[in-house]
Amino acid sequence: MSPEMNSVPNTIFSPELAARFDKLVTLYPARRSALIPMLLYAQDEVGAVNDAVIAEIAQRIGITELDVRNVISYYSLLHTKPHGKFHVQVCTNISCMLRGGNEMLAHCKEKLGIGNKETTPDGIFSLEEVECIGACCWAPAVQVNYDFHDNLTTEKMDAVLENYRQKAGKS
Amino acid sequence: MPELVSHPEEVKVISRRWGQGAADIDKYIELGGYAALRKCIEQGPEWVINEMKTSGLRGRGGAGFPTGMKWSFVPKQSEKPKYVLVNGDESEPGTCKDHLIFLHDPHSVIEGTMIAGLAIGAKVGFIYLRGEYRYLIEIMERALAQCYERGILGKNIFGTGFDFDALSHTGAGAYEVGEESALMESLEGKRGVPRIKPPFPAVVGLYGGPTVINNAETIASVPFIIEMGGAAYAKLGTERNGGTRLFGISGKVNRPGVYELPMGYNLKKMIYEVAGGIPNGKALKAVVPGGASCPILRADEIDVGMDFDQMGKAGTMLGSAGVVVLDETVSIVEFALRTIKFYQHESCGWCIPCREGTDWLKKTMTRFYEGYGTTKDIDNMRYLAENMLGRTFCPLGDAAAMPMIGFFKKFRDEFEEYIRANPSAPESQALVELVGA
Amino acid sequence: MADVNLTVDGKKVTVPAGTLLIEACRAAGIEVPAFCYYPGLSLCGACRMCMVRIEKMPKLQTACTTPVGEGMTVHTETPEIAQARKATVELLLGNHPLDCPVCDAGGECELQDMTFKYGAPTSQYVEIKQHREEQQWSPVVYFDRPRCIMCYRCVRVCGEGMDVWALGVQNRGAGSVIAPNRQDHLDCEECGMCIDICPVGALTSDTYRYKTRPWEMNHVATVCTHCGDGCKTTLGVRRADDGMEIVRGDNRDKSGINEDFLCIKGRYAFDFANHPDRLTKPLIRQADGSFATATWEQALELAAKKLKEVRDTKGPDAIGVIGSNRTTNEENYLLQKFARTVLGTNNIDHHRTADYVSFVRALAGKADRAASLRDAGTAPAILLLGNDPTEQHPALAWALRTNVRLNKAKLFLVNTSDIKLRRQAKAFLHIPEGGYADAVRFLGSNDANFHGIEGAADFRDALRAEPKLLILFGSEFRGHDIDALVSFGLSLPDARFACLADYANSRGAADMGLLPDLLPGYRPVAAPGPFAEEYPNLPQKPGKDLIEMFDAAERGELGALYVVGANPVERYNVDPASLKNTFVIVQEMFLTETAQIADVVLPAANLYEKGGSVTNNYGDLQLVKKAGDRAGVRSDLELIVRIADRMGAKPQQLVPFGRGLRADTGQSRGAQSGEADRHSIWLASRQIEPKVSPFDPYAVLDEIARLVPGYDVERMNLLAGNDVRTKLVSIEPAASTTRRDLVLPAQDALFTSGTLGRYSAKLAEVHESHRKSPAEAAAD
Repeated sequence: MSPEMNSVPNTIFSPELAARFDKLVTLYPARRSALIPMLLYAQDEVGAVNDAVIAEIAQRIGITELDVRNVISYYSLLHTKPHGKFHVQVCTNISCMLRGGNEMLAHCKEKLGIGNKETTPDGIFSLEEVECIGACCWAPAVQVNYDFHDNLTTEKMDAVLENYRQKAGKS
Repeated sequence: MPELVSHPEEVKVISRRWGQGAADIDKYIELGGYAALRKCIEQGPEWVINEMKTSGLRGRGGAGFPTGMKWSFVPKQSEKPKYVLVNGDESEPGTCKDHLIFLHDPHSVIEGTMIAGLAIGAKVGFIYLRGEYRYLIEIMERALAQCYERGILGKNIFGTGFDFDALSHTGAGAYEVGEESALMESLEGKRGVPRIKPPFPAVVGLYGGPTVINNAETIASVPFIIEMGGAAYAKLGTERNGGTRLFGISGKVNRPGVYELPMGYNLKKMIYEVAGGIPNGKALKAVVPGGASCPILRADEIDVGMDFDQMGKAGTMLGSAGVVVLDETVSIVEFALRTIKFYQHESCGWCIPCREGTDWLKKTMTRFYEGYGTTKDIDNMRYLAENMLGRTFCPLGDAAAMPMIGFFKKFRDEFEEYIRANPSAPESQALVELVGA
Repeated sequence: MADVNLTVDGKKVTVPAGTLLIEACRAAGIEVPAFCYYPGLSLCGACRMCMVRIEKMPKLQTACTTPVGEGMTVHTETPEIAQARKATVELLLGNHPLDCPVCDAGGECELQDMTFKYGAPTSQYVEIKQHREEQQWSPVVYFDRPRCIMCYRCVRVCGEGMDVWALGVQNRGAGSVIAPNRQDHLDCEECGMCIDICPVGALTSDTYRYKTRPWEMNHVATVCTHCGDGCKTTLGVRRADDGMEIVRGDNRDKSGINEDFLCIKGRYAFDFANHPDRLTKPLIRQADGSFATATWEQALELAAKKLKEVRDTKGPDAIGVIGSNRTTNEENYLLQKFARTVLGTNNIDHHRTADYVSFVRALAGKADRAASLRDAGTAPAILLLGNDPTEQHPALAWALRTNVRLNKAKLFLVNTSDIKLRRQAKAFLHIPEGGYADAVRFLGSNDANFHGIEGAADFRDALRAEPKLLILFGSEFRGHDIDALVSFGLSLPDARFACLADYANSRGAADMGLLPDLLPGYRPVAAPGPFAEEYPNLPQKPGKDLIEMFDAAERGELGALYVVGANPVERYNVDPASLKNTFVIVQEMFLTETAQIADVVLPAANLYEKGGSVTNNYGDLQLVKKAGDRAGVRSDLELIVRIADRMGAKPQQLVPFGRGLRADTGQSRGAQSGEADRHSIWLASRQIEPKVSPFDPYAVLDEIARLVPGYDVERMNLLAGNDVRTKLVSIEPAASTTRRDLVLPAQDALFTSGTLGRYSAKLAEVHESHRKSPAEAAAD
């Protein structure tokens, strides 16, 4: 594992995240292995992998911005534009589809008043139809940010959404 | 947190600690954890590989390659460091078994990784989880930290001189990354595009060094195999398909869930007894037996033992043992469309047959589903799928083509009925003439 | 490792172990189609066209990723394979737009070729194709995503080949795209490799886009007129109102020294030839100081009259002749012969961009130690001192990069700047400004320390351990510096040398004797040898060099100056006023600073508009072929002959033409017959036909081959379009040293090229766009 640690002056990240990133590149035999985790964690903090994030991460890893963009554009979880505070990911793949996944998606669209890959005007919710999230035996399932919600019904989903709305109101 | 289900038919080998808080190292050790590792260190690499070969353990991710044999391909001497890479990218539709392993028994994965490392001469293990499994990654990180605190990871483990480091790593959303060489590319910080083979990972893998890549369930099985002995494990299953495995049953069943059953367990029995049969008195229509990539079985084809060889003979695959049950209310046309939509979305795009083939299959199926299909379309799609088979850079092409061929072959009458029941919209007359009826 | 035997389509094939099956097939004359496979670039296995059936293997295998195996039995054309290839083409055509009628690639498109060969004439698909709008990524590069078949050749050649890495792949699946490094545009070296390597019309060039169709052009393979690498470029020409217009340049003919490579200049900077400011009418300065157009009669008559007048009244020493770096060897040879035998002067020079005189003297007696450009691609170790090949000699940079990448060659760099080639260097000695001589001294010494630079001693020791070394150096080395460097090199077991100059024919200018003290082949004028008989009245006192000529003009002592294809007024910062007493005749394409102060301006053709030969920096000789044509211009060769003619000189004495072989050999010793005999006999012995026109460059080439040491090369090979080695000659060590300030490197970079560059709209455009946003170097 490479021993050098280097901090980036004028980092756009919080001190904790910057420190985490300083360490991350030293954990692997090759710096570049830290790229995808770094992008995801940066996105968690900043809200999106925007130009500033790309520039700093490219510098930290030691690759070109083109390289970084090539990687970002491949992976479904990485996005360059921000989502809502709570990103509602409804699975409609086969196991969920057989247990009401499509209906769940339609319900969420109606409830939130937005379509696939859109964000509510107040910026609290965004919606996305996603592929299998690995909760097939507890379908239909939805992921909100990183939280799993399984064995759902439309009523339960309403309660879930309301819960998040409350959280948004408090912060 | 998903509820745990169980059934008396289960043979709980790798799931025996579930639901008891074994994610905590103290509980894990209390329930017998890390004893297998000690034994392996004592007995040495050759003994371990032999046990694995005897056990008949085959890859639980889908390919079913014999694990002991895979480990034995790693050269003894290597200029470059060797690695163990655990494939926790679980993205096959219908599959959620590794989800529970990571939730309930992450230490079994760690212990299995270490034993694999010992066997092949690796000092580093990576545990790769799909990005969506963030909460499970956090559990894994805590478990790893505990190991380091207790000296179970790091230098001179148990004072035996055995060194091993392990770290967890997050993905960022890509099914193709579950392919072993694409997994390595992703871990190296690149796009998840597979590599040219040969060379195979056991010889040239991560960072150019020999690497063993195993599915999470496969790796988690290792300590249990060591514990009970390879021969005993093998006996639990069928010939050349040793042991038990996790079957994830979903879809139109009364008791969906993950059940640990012996290899070779009868599918029909699994559906009707273990999973409680079809709800609301509906009739079974079809089963996708091993995740979306496996050709569908008709209701009259489910009386078959669920192991790699028997499933192969039945014209399908055991795959990830994600059993998806369809009843009479399910439209095969809709099901086929959703299946191909998945592959089109996940195709990495590297090679022509998969990139373009999944795109045209999806486009045609969409038009078909929307009511503008013709019988010629069914033939065209079948031709397209058959020309993808065996021609692509990696098995994802096959994974997309085989199920579609299965739908067209076994449920053609339903497709034709669909056309009859959905007369083409007036605007599409030109379309019909263009495509041919 | 032993060779491998296998059977392909029933043919027994034997190739070295490790050979890729696709190459083994090609070696056996069996063409296996492929889009993504490209020799020299990394393997992809993505297009699936090269699938073949290997017995005992369950699936079809890609021949491009499979190394040969002993005893393999392979079938490359079966119904199964034909169907597989047909299906692949069908799938490609699915999303492919029906652009053939307008697409640049139409008629030379690999997808078209594959479709013709494997079928797929009808489409099964009625849904909408994936579509994106066309994009212009740079002044040179256009990208049409719908046409792209994602073969990744462009990405690989830009990265691995050019080490620029400006192209990448983004998105996933059917939405995959080739993406430029600045999101919507490219920041790159604009070489156009991506465009030429693209098998379809996805990448096209701004210079050629939608201009014409390939079958409407004649394709002429000639040598690029820009730098001293001597790349072969193929010019596509088409009839225009006032001649033949060059509409395209590319490297479809990969048989040149440059193999796969061509840079922006060779590819796109031919447009200077079409510039509206091209001179097409002779100009004569009037009494009031302005220019008036004149007829050829008038202009040539005046030029000849004045030259004769100055020669006869003020003496030959009052005439100066300045030759060119971008005219042919024949023109250079003829110019110095004209100067010496007709004008009677040795006041001949040219804009020197490297010190070939010292180089040749340093290697005296060691002809085998001179390197070819090809050696840069094969040498196991290379020492490069000074220069920046990426900017100044792109083909050399390509050869070095490829050599390092594919052959693991070791590159040792000594430079005052952080040049881009350091990325391929095994070791880089970054020396202080002006430190080259000192560095050479250090390399030859056993000093532990060199300016406190870390690793200097290791650098030297590693270098000295190389059994075979290619030593390349730039114009930073002159005079005794070159002696010292060559001396160091000769102390190593097996070293070869090359001296890097600028412009297309700098080496040819020196080799052909455009020098005041040396005849062609570096023979001193004071000891002319065979030239004494060949050149009647050859002056034997060395003449004035370029700077001395202008000094003489300032003193009022230069009565006439004849400038061919050069711009010394601008280059050497000559005060135009100093030439007020000099009658200046200029042969040029444009009204350059020098032409502007001339008394007679003669419109000249450029290197793309004439035949003849040029010599690259390394002594590789190649023929140039006439591609373009412009009404109103004449070749420099013709103009020299015509001026000589009007001065009363006999053209047959200048150019050996029109004579047949006389039966009475070795007889009469008259001035005319002896010379003709000698030449005719020589021609006959080589089975070369005598030439019939005084304007035929090959007539001059014949004499060059006969008289200039090292230029007696295999004519057939040359005529076949190949580069042929000239031999380095010995000159007596007592020859004069060259003043340091005579050597004036061009300091050209990728987007500038002396006079030609100023008049190339495309180069100017690219230069401007790069000036605005400085290029970001690829990170390590």
